[in-house]
Amino acid sequence: MITVLFFAQLRDQLGCESVSVNAEGIRNLAELRAHLLEEHPDWQPYLGLESLLLAVNQTLVKLDHVVNSGDEVAFMPPVTGG
Amino acid sequence: MNDEQLLRYSRQILLPDVDIDGQEKLLSSRVLILGLGGLGAPVAMYLAGAGVGHLVLADFDAVDLTNLQRQIIHTTDRIGEPKVTSAAQALRELNPDIQVTCIQERLEGEALHRQLEQVDLVLDCSDNFTTRFELNAACVATGTPLVSGAAVRLEGQVAVFDSRREDSPCYRCLYHTQSEEDLTCSANGVLAPVVGVVGSMQALEAIKLLVGFGTSLTGRLLLFDARHAQWRELKLARDPDCPVCGRR
Repeated sequence: MITVLFFAQLRDQLGCESVSVNAEGIRNLAELRAHLLEEHPDWQPYLGLESLLLAVNQTLVKLDHVVNSGDEVAFMPPVTGG
Repeated sequence: MNDEQLLRYSRQILLPDVDIDGQEKLLSSRVLILGLGGLGAPVAMYLAGAGVGHLVLADFDAVDLTNLQRQIIHTTDRIGEPKVTSAAQALRELNPDIQVTCIQERLEGEALHRQLEQVDLVLDCSDNFTTRFELNAACVATGTPLVSGAAVRLEGQVAVFDSRREDSPCYRCLYHTQSEEDLTCSANGVLAPVVGVVGSMQALEAIKLLVGFGTSLTGRLLLFDARHAQWRELKLARDPDCPVCGRR
C-alpha cells in the first residue's frame, strides 16, 4: 500500500487528510495521481493543479518520481502570497 | 560597540551563539527586504531590533486601510504613504542605531542585480511568482543567500536557498512551473498571525545566516498549517535539470 497525505488547504478542499492506495500497477506519482482522480473525479480542480508540491518519504520530488508500496506520498498546495 | 549598544543588544549578546562577535557581524551587515507587506513587516521589525546595521527596503506600493489588519509596521495615520517610508519611520523609532534605505519602485532587472551585489542576503517577502522567480534567478547569478517566505489563508512556507553552497537548491528547484495564478492575500484572505509566524521564521533564519551559527533551513522546506496547528519538514535537493541553477 501507498499512504497518500494531503496538506493545508488541499486537505480541507478534498475533505480528507489521507488515503491508502494499492500500489499494484502504479509506477510513479503521475500514475498515482491519475488513479486518485479516476476514483474521485471531483478532486480534479484541486489535485489536478500543475503547481502542487509533491513529496515522497518527506523529500520533494517531481511527477515522474517512482513510487513503491510502503512509500508515504504527500500533496501540498503552492503558496506565493505575502 | 558603545555602552548603549551593549545594553540595547545585551539579551542576544548573552547567547553564546551570538556574543559580541555575532552582534558586530549583525551591525556590519547589509540586508535587502523585498516587499514591506505582511511578511516584510515582522521581518523588518525583528531585523531592525536585532541591530542588522543596514536595511534596504524595496516596495512600490502605498499603505492601504486593508493592509493594517496584518502589516503591523504601518499605521492608520500613514495610509496613502509609500510603504517603504512608512516602514522606515517605524524602524527608526524602534532603533535609531541602524541605517535604512528606501527604494520606492518595483525592484527588477539591472537595479535588482546592483542591490544584490551590495547585500549579505535578501529576504523574499513578495506576493507573486513573477517576482519570486526573478529574484531567485538574480540571487543564483550573484551568489546571494535568499530567505524565502510565503503565506496565504491559513498556511505558510519557509525555506533558505544559499547558492554559495554547492549542494543548495534554488527556488526554481522547488517550483518547476509558474502557478496557474498567484495566490495573493488580497484575493484569498489571510489570518494575520500566519504572516507573523512565517515572517518571524524568515527573520530568525536571516540572523542565523548573518551571525553564522546553528543549522540553516538550506535544503529543507517548512510547511505551516495554521488550521490544524501542524508543521511539516520536507527535504529539497538541488535539481540537476533546473533551468536556473542546473549549470551553476
